[in-house]
Amino acid sequence: MMQHLPILQVILPLLAAPFAALASRRHLAWHLTLVATAGAFAISLVLLATILRTGTPIIYDLGGWPAPIGIVYVIDSASAFVLPVVSGIGFVATLAARHLVIAEIDARDHPLFFAAWLLTLAGMLGQVTTGDAFNIFVFLEISSLSGYALVAMGAGRDRRALPAAFNYLILGTVGATFYVIGLGLLYMLTGTLNLADLSVRLAEIENLRPAYVALAFIALGLFLKMALFPLHLWLAPAYSHAPSAVTALMAATATKVSVYVLIRFLFGVFGFEFPYMTQAVGGLLLTLGLLGAFVGTFAAIVETDLKRLFAQSSIAQLGYMAIGLGIMTSAGIAASFIHLFNHALMKGALFLALGVIAAQTTHLSLHTIKGAGRQIPMTMTAILLGGLALIGVPLTAGFISKLYLIRALIDSGLWAVAALTFVSSALALVYVWKIVEHAWLTERPENAPVLTETPGQWAPAWILVLATIGFGIYAGPLVEAAFGAAQVFGPDIIQATQTIEGLHIIEGLEGQE
Amino acid sequence: MSEIAAHWNYYLVIILMMLGFYAVIARGNMVKKMVGLNIFQTSVFMLYISVGKIDGGTAPILTGDPASVYSNPLPHVLILTAIVVGVATTAVGYALIIRIYEAYGTIEDDEVAVLIDSDQDARERADAEPAS
Repeated sequence: MMQHLPILQVILPLLAAPFAALASRRHLAWHLTLVATAGAFAISLVLLATILRTGTPIIYDLGGWPAPIGIVYVIDSASAFVLPVVSGIGFVATLAARHLVIAEIDARDHPLFFAAWLLTLAGMLGQVTTGDAFNIFVFLEISSLSGYALVAMGAGRDRRALPAAFNYLILGTVGATFYVIGLGLLYMLTGTLNLADLSVRLAEIENLRPAYVALAFIALGLFLKMALFPLHLWLAPAYSHAPSAVTALMAATATKVSVYVLIRFLFGVFGFEFPYMTQAVGGLLLTLGLLGAFVGTFAAIVETDLKRLFAQSSIAQLGYMAIGLGIMTSAGIAASFIHLFNHALMKGALFLALGVIAAQTTHLSLHTIKGAGRQIPMTMTAILLGGLALIGVPLTAGFISKLYLIRALIDSGLWAVAALTFVSSALALVYVWKIVEHAWLTERPENAPVLTETPGQWAPAWILVLATIGFGIYAGPLVEAAFGAAQVFGPDIIQATQTIEGLHIIEGLEGQE
Repeated sequence: MSEIAAHWNYYLVIILMMLGFYAVIARGNMVKKMVGLNIFQTSVFMLYISVGKIDGGTAPILTGDPASVYSNPLPHVLILTAIVVGVATTAVGYALIIRIYEAYGTIEDDEVAVLIDSDQDARERADAEPAS
């Protein structure tokens, strides 16, 4: 049982999905989803604990075929770090989905909604777990296709969800196809699809020109998927018109998983030593990350629609993750991992709290929340604390991310970037202040509808808010785990033990012939 | 010239790829966008299949004859998966187009964009009214 945990992690939500789709009784689909996501979360925690204790990666050979012939699932410090983020957010978002889905989605569609919900989670967990590059593509498409359907389910309340989902589909598919093109070139060059094997064989190749093109295609495809500026235009409409529960799930996890896959490729496959990596790719990531941070923040400042406001702020936050990668040091990668974790908590909390209001109104804007601070204090406080974490106020997890990001920048002598990162995070204060001003410093208009909240509605958001504060105060374990995750890609770390065993097997087979 | 002739399939792939990609970006009609997307994906399938082909190679079936040359089956298997993914994407895409047509009465990008803006204005007015 224990040794099958890496595959169970993915199989559990995948198998639960058709059962959820077939569930006929009201709420049965939700209960199934809750059990499956709770199971996935528990498994990911066990895996993380095992990795933190032993430090040795767990390699799971599918069908008993070892790498690089078979597909392997690899749980190392990096994937074990990201798995609980995805499955944990999935679990908490499922808790909130009960009331959000009842409010926003036609009862007939609930089983199908939860089936797509489980599939998108299974796809994301698969992308993180697998050690095979083509398998990543398949899981990417599983999570994306169900994601398009989930976004489109917002159409019951807002028909704009449909064109938003269509644009997301077009751009998402272009991104995934770019990834496949790059992968094809790598396969032509090396004859393997195993990530660890790819990195070993790439290092032996002299004519690297096809690999440059492959790097460009793969990076571009993943930039699109992670909504890095200027490839972010699908994100704001998709997030703002999707059902609230879907926005919370996707904003907190979907783009993060793409960041993780990008890290795997840049540092796990191509590596720091790859020509042009530090100057060209690093410079590009720093530039686009900074531009994204400013463009996203300014777009959030002028926005009045609340879901769209926080979607724009996601673009800025993804910019910070790109900056962390652009530093091209272990400390920078660790900073990106920390921010990946913290941003998932903050955005999950924010969108779940916004969902409480969105479920009661047709349009979620600054006008809607005028004076709402006294009517629904728990929800609005959750939004405020989430906003403060986005700025990076001390005692929130956001502060830890910014601290390690700026420290990594200064360690590498990138003073200007550090200063600009600081300025753009401080600018986030403007849009958070707008919310404070409308929610607390304005009287609620007399004819405005009365907003309500129940503990069942705000509790899921508060779980994540408390986690944000908890990890802001007691950040030690998080930072340690993130640095452990970054160590996987450290310049001196060779994670090819499994591959070398695999190569011997190939030689053995050839010998037999 | 012989260079092109020897790699004609790759040139075909690149031409198809660019045609498809152009249609995705430049066409306003959503059905045409989907057609472009399909051409774009198909070109990638052909790229993979070209990679697996070996001159004079047969189907990869074990014959016991060590001299027999066979094509690399792995790209074929990968593309079989990618075709399934492509079919699913196409299905979701056209399903969305049908729903967009029902909701907006058009499948032209720019006409839908105008209606999206007016939706936004309508909701903002609805917000502002109870407040005033």
